[in-house]
Amino acid sequence: MSEKPKVGVYVCHCGINIASTVDVEEIASFARDLPNVEVARTYSYMCSDPGQNLIKEDIREHGLNRVIVASCSPRMHEPTFRKTIQEAGVNPYFLEMANIREQCSWVHDDLEVATPKAKKLVAASVAKVRLLEALEETEVDAEPATLVIGAGIAGIQAALDIADAGFKVYLVEKTPSVGGRMAQLDKTFPTLDCSACILTPKMVDCAGHPNIELMTYSEVEEIGGYIGNFDVKVRKKARYVDFDKCTGCGDCANECRVKDRFPNEFDQGMGKRSAVYLPFPQAVPAKYTIDPEQCLYLTKGKCGKAPKCQEVCGVGAIDFEQEDEFVEFKVGAVIVATGFDPFDPSKKPEYGYDDYPNVITGMEMERLVSASGPTGGKITINNGEEEIEPKEVAFIKCVGSRDESVGNEYCSRVCCMYTAKQAHLVREKLPDANIRIYYMDVRAFGKGYEEFYDRVRRENVRYIRGNPSEIFKRGNKLVVKAENTLTSTPVEDEVDLVVLGVGMEPRKEMRDIMDLLRLSQSQDRFFLEAHPKLAPVDTATDGVFLAGCCQGPKDIPDTVAQAKGAASSAMIPLARGKVTISAQVAEVNEATCRGCGFCVEICPYSAIEMVTVNRFGYEIEVARVNEALCKGCGSCSAACLSDSIQPKSFRDWQILPQIAALGAMK
Amino acid sequence: MSIENQTFTEKYDLLGCIQCGRCTGGCPVTVRAELNVRHFVDQAYDEGKLDELARLAEIWDCTACHTCAVRCPKGLKPLEVLIGLRSMIVESGKVEPTVRDALQSVLLEGNPWEKARAARTDWMEGLDVKVAEEGQEVENLIFTCCTIAYDPRVQVVAKNMVKLLNQAGIDYAFLPEDESCCGSEVFTIGEEGLFEMLVEDNTEYLNNFNAGRIVTLSPHCYTTYKTHFPDIRIPLYHYTQLLDELVQEGSLSWKGELQKKIVYHDPCYLGKQGGIYDEPRRLLKSIPGVELLEFDRRRERSLCCEGGGGKMWIESQSTEERLADTRIKDARELGADIVAAACPFCVLTLEDAMKGLGYEEEMRVAEITELLGELIEA
Repeated sequence: MSEKPKVGVYVCHCGINIASTVDVEEIASFARDLPNVEVARTYSYMCSDPGQNLIKEDIREHGLNRVIVASCSPRMHEPTFRKTIQEAGVNPYFLEMANIREQCSWVHDDLEVATPKAKKLVAASVAKVRLLEALEETEVDAEPATLVIGAGIAGIQAALDIADAGFKVYLVEKTPSVGGRMAQLDKTFPTLDCSACILTPKMVDCAGHPNIELMTYSEVEEIGGYIGNFDVKVRKKARYVDFDKCTGCGDCANECRVKDRFPNEFDQGMGKRSAVYLPFPQAVPAKYTIDPEQCLYLTKGKCGKAPKCQEVCGVGAIDFEQEDEFVEFKVGAVIVATGFDPFDPSKKPEYGYDDYPNVITGMEMERLVSASGPTGGKITINNGEEEIEPKEVAFIKCVGSRDESVGNEYCSRVCCMYTAKQAHLVREKLPDANIRIYYMDVRAFGKGYEEFYDRVRRENVRYIRGNPSEIFKRGNKLVVKAENTLTSTPVEDEVDLVVLGVGMEPRKEMRDIMDLLRLSQSQDRFFLEAHPKLAPVDTATDGVFLAGCCQGPKDIPDTVAQAKGAASSAMIPLARGKVTISAQVAEVNEATCRGCGFCVEICPYSAIEMVTVNRFGYEIEVARVNEALCKGCGSCSAACLSDSIQPKSFRDWQILPQIAALGAMK
Repeated sequence: MSIENQTFTEKYDLLGCIQCGRCTGGCPVTVRAELNVRHFVDQAYDEGKLDELARLAEIWDCTACHTCAVRCPKGLKPLEVLIGLRSMIVESGKVEPTVRDALQSVLLEGNPWEKARAARTDWMEGLDVKVAEEGQEVENLIFTCCTIAYDPRVQVVAKNMVKLLNQAGIDYAFLPEDESCCGSEVFTIGEEGLFEMLVEDNTEYLNNFNAGRIVTLSPHCYTTYKTHFPDIRIPLYHYTQLLDELVQEGSLSWKGELQKKIVYHDPCYLGKQGGIYDEPRRLLKSIPGVELLEFDRRRERSLCCEGGGGKMWIESQSTEERLADTRIKDARELGADIVAAACPFCVLTLEDAMKGLGYEEEMRVAEITELLGELIEA
């Protein structure tokens, strides 16, 4: 602080974004008269190359050592201008952004109101910029490994990309097999590829990849640390089957005393499995798991004279003594790929999903048409009286999507296309069926989608515009009560099978992941990305990235693209081997800290810990900040009773004059 | 902008509509009337067309069952667009004489049945009933309802309620004869001014009682108070909730049994609008001997009886089968001995239908309190 502050003020027009409501020239001439201001200028776009050069030239010519850019939010361009002044030899933290766009021009429409307010904001910035300190960023080593949570198509793809690039990947999957929702699908739109055929090679690859450590039937218990240095603890749940010995032959499941008694999750409960099971034939790893909530021996302590599975297993793999195991490791980055839940149509009781066996969901339809499904791909359904091949088939779109009555305002983005695909599959298998799709809008936005929709319609699938309101029974038929809105005709349509085009919802257990990784939800309740356009795979926690439907509804192409994006972002710190730690962090004055620990409790990033220091022969506790974790949010500072912890650049003596300046002017 | 200066489009959020058709799709009267409520939501955007729309006869076919509002994915209440159009007609005075008389009776006597206010508590005669005095502290304050107070067919609801509450020995009091109409039908007929007056007067009147809760005997009063009277400070209950509570805790039990097959009809104002489905069923199931049947169209999918929306005073022009007839036929097919409801309007319309169909000998329509009352006397 020895040299005298020489401030340059740069007022941005932002085209007409600012200039139409703020008199920018007046701001500049006002700024020229403020203390320590050497230069004040306006420019059409400060963030452009010429705009930035203007600042650099002034720094050289006028010896500026402080810069104020009066433009947009610091979220937008603070990094840009920090770099600008750094390139001209000024410490990047000698910059202040006066936000005269989001906080001024965009919220006012009157020049007479906005201009005086912009003056205040600039004067406040001048008051503060003089008091800023030079800060230095530091670097720490990054662990060249990634944790991927969830092994659906998003997690699998991200893991493969990172592993192929030569970095270690820990792929953690909650269920006994990788594959996720995509493994349950029959065909994929619009190309009608067999979903399993294109997915299983990737599933096998990620199990055999030398750089991937696959942990199925496992859950992340704890994550500590920060970008480059996360400490992870994973619980590997007991399978009660020795992973190394099991050959996947299936004798255990065949002989299980409660064989085929329980709804098979993979078949959406339409098929049955034993207490010891492989979720589906192509499961990876091909290792059996005993369900501890259903196994007779594990629940009752007794299974006949001796458990049958144990008797028949030729390699002695059944192990009822097995316990959960914990593994700990270190990674530099984390990718969250935890997927979605299909909407539960019980929340729309008007469709009678809980009452009628022939009202099914889209996911159930996938299993029904799948050759590996419970009917071997034959479309038959129980109409409450008998098993029939449906002649009249209705699809209903937007079930649980675009519907405030169930709290889901968003479009789920896949239902238009999967109903079209399923209608096509029904047409293929039941050439004489009458198929209709009730819709509000047809959203066929992806590559080849509109063409596919066109094809399906021409296969004699009737599209009826109207979202049905109710389903009830008449004789052995279901009555779909709707309105054909194009003809204004109320209809009571008698059908044999209704397929509900259910949308996607955030996973019920997403709260656990949010707490583990300090993530937030967006308004739709899916995970919040750092920026909807420019940082769609990043999160507010550095080093944590999102892939797939956990961030919002997506089809497979978008999911794979996002997974590749997340993989590439996660690899940046891994490839560099180092991460830069922001300098704008909180700092403790250990001389005045009273060791109360309020800041530790309040810190949303767990960045503060209590340490014992020796003070004149006395052991006392004081707070200490982990700079790699600290985000400089200032919560600690607000809580501190003795003003002993303060974020750099936002210390009391830096922001109080700024606030005073805001209040001083009329 | 003040509420008064809202345009029709703003008042009913017409621009929020995505024309999905769920309102008309769910509307129970489309099978027998010309009414297409979505069409009205679409057309009412044009202010110049409002007069023409208001003159269409089908706006009076709406029974205010609220299915359209419950199903709307955008939170609109399409039926209120029809009510808005009705209010234009009401304001011009060109309503049916029956409707006009009912409204006038609410204004002058506090009930739509053209009965004297002084006669409101005549049903209490000969009964050991506790009546509330202003300022009196009481746990359960009972709101009787105009229809139950005056209509000889459903007065039994109130009478039996007295017996049931006396039997349970709980702290209760019925409102005296200055109880006034809740305005459920005034609102749906579209008499906005009168309804506003009822909201103000009844809110003030009810808040003056020092009551733990208000228990309404009709679901129409229950839902109307809950929805349109935001300033009532006392918690609102429907009687099925109170009786269910008393049976669950053992304060009420039944003498004798009822060897009957009973099918329960969910009233729109109690179920779809009030969200009360389980309490009436639990009450019926608590009766020894009862076999509880279920309609296919039950709970959230229940079929309207056409008793609400002012239909008590407006005869439908349709010659198609009444929904109450459909309901009774369905009940007969199920083999029900009794069709039970928890609403005076449902009882009146369903019983009419049953008699019209000539099933009197084999079936019975009953309010739940009717059945329960018989079981404490037995």
